[in-house]
Amino acid sequence: MPLTLADTLPTDANEREYLWTLNFGPQHPATHTTLRIVLTLDGEKVIDALPHIGYLHSGFEKLGEHLDFNQYVTIVDRMNYISPVANEIAWHHAVEKLLGIELTPRCKYLRTIFAELMRLHDHLLNVGTAALDLGAFTAFLYGFQQRENIYDLVEYASGQRFHASYTRVGGVLFDVNNAWVDRVRKFVKSMPATIQEIDKLLTRNRIFIDRTKGIGVLTKEDAINYGATGPIARASGVVRDLRKDEPYLAYNELDFKVICAEGGDCYARFLVRMHEMAESLKIIEQALENIPEGPVNIDAVSDMVLPAKPAVYRSIEGLIQHFEVLMPNRGYEVPCEELYAATEAPNGELGFYLVADGKHRAYRARTRPPSYIHFALFPHMIRGYQLSDVVAVLGSINIIAAELDR
Amino acid sequence: MLALKTLHDRFGYEITESSFRDNRRYTVPCGKVYHVLEFLWGECGFDMLADLTAVDYLEYPGATDRFGVVYVLVNTTTGQRLIVKTHLNPPESELPSVYPLWRSADWMEREVFDMFGITFAGHPDLRRILSPDEFTAHPLRKDYPLKGRGERHNFPVITRAES
Repeated sequence: MPLTLADTLPTDANEREYLWTLNFGPQHPATHTTLRIVLTLDGEKVIDALPHIGYLHSGFEKLGEHLDFNQYVTIVDRMNYISPVANEIAWHHAVEKLLGIELTPRCKYLRTIFAELMRLHDHLLNVGTAALDLGAFTAFLYGFQQRENIYDLVEYASGQRFHASYTRVGGVLFDVNNAWVDRVRKFVKSMPATIQEIDKLLTRNRIFIDRTKGIGVLTKEDAINYGATGPIARASGVVRDLRKDEPYLAYNELDFKVICAEGGDCYARFLVRMHEMAESLKIIEQALENIPEGPVNIDAVSDMVLPAKPAVYRSIEGLIQHFEVLMPNRGYEVPCEELYAATEAPNGELGFYLVADGKHRAYRARTRPPSYIHFALFPHMIRGYQLSDVVAVLGSINIIAAELDR
Repeated sequence: MLALKTLHDRFGYEITESSFRDNRRYTVPCGKVYHVLEFLWGECGFDMLADLTAVDYLEYPGATDRFGVVYVLVNTTTGQRLIVKTHLNPPESELPSVYPLWRSADWMEREVFDMFGITFAGHPDLRRILSPDEFTAHPLRKDYPLKGRGERHNFPVITRAES
């Protein structure tokens, strides 16, 4: 339970004097990446936390104004590098909404499978490292073994393990073949065992429960008011999932549940992620069974998608189309408009506010990164708890600093 | 569903509505934006501020205003989204902070201040957030070059002996 403490710092100078200041980060194993928190302590109790961010700021949004819609996907990849393809899907979801492109059924299903693979990817890491910070090493290894398999699947489909740059405006880079589908099937069959193993190691583990239950409690009202989304909001009882509320891709054709919990503490967030993994598996299974045949890119003569490489190198039509798409002032029409489009990334609502001025690149490509919003919550969540709870709370909100600072 | 007429009756006829794809936008003059947002927050159930950002329209074709500030609101009960937009022209560069309504505005307003130099009156702690404190420019403005103005090479360096 939170200790009863004054919410604000004492104003009296004498009283302030015995408070400690502790610098947590920027280089600390439990921050996972580069971020810094200045903690004010009264003994072991955290009175205040002041995050300092920006160590990894590299101007992604400015770059987005100078790269075209297809090029920027490589930058978007590097935001949440734990689940790169989920970012690509979110970016191209916004671009396709702007251009008014309706994807082919096969592409919708394929992207859905990738989005859910990325959700597994992200949750496996987060559940593993959250436990790792609290001293449970084994769950982390089980998680990473399966993450390696997901890397293999991404590599098989796109040729890249980490930063896949897999999606394109109106489609994907390469279509997948049946061998890939079989590999995903095999992977999906092996996943329940891993979830069960992690579950056995952590869910009823006395030490893990002591360290996470009742820690970092976030009420439903605060979750909404502070803009929390994704598993963090759902663990606080906010029934909100963009896959259900604003269906995109093939989600409205697939059957799955929105996982919610009521506790709002670190343990609830862990449970939500564990159950979401099982739901993701359900989605992938259904999508694999129902994946339609047919083209994966939208109509190839529409001058909106890049033609396949063999067509570029071996036929004049392909070469012309390639130039048409890439040359400025040619190819597809971009409306002079702006819009906000969001998808449910593993971490929460990943939105893009896209302003277009008729050119083939964004005039402004604002990202709404879930990590940024969630890290702003951190001081609120940690106030009144113990110093040792800092890593538990930080682990449970899954901060990816590259996405945080962009 | 909120009708434009309700807003017109309360806040005058300067408010305009537009839509694109599934986005619904209200454009509000900057003097009234806080009151409109407070109304939407208190009486229309828009309890979540999903995003707050700004756009510099310096090079935008046909634009008449310099900055646009965008609020993306969500009603978590109905799932409805609404975009409220306002325009700012230098030398005027201050808006009232919406921190009293939505706590999520805290860091988003700091980011807009950092990147565009728009200040928010009533914000509890308006400092730079992503760029270092010594930084003087506002990098996402359109008159700021992609490669920077050499700030990176002129950062103050503290040697070990001085620290």
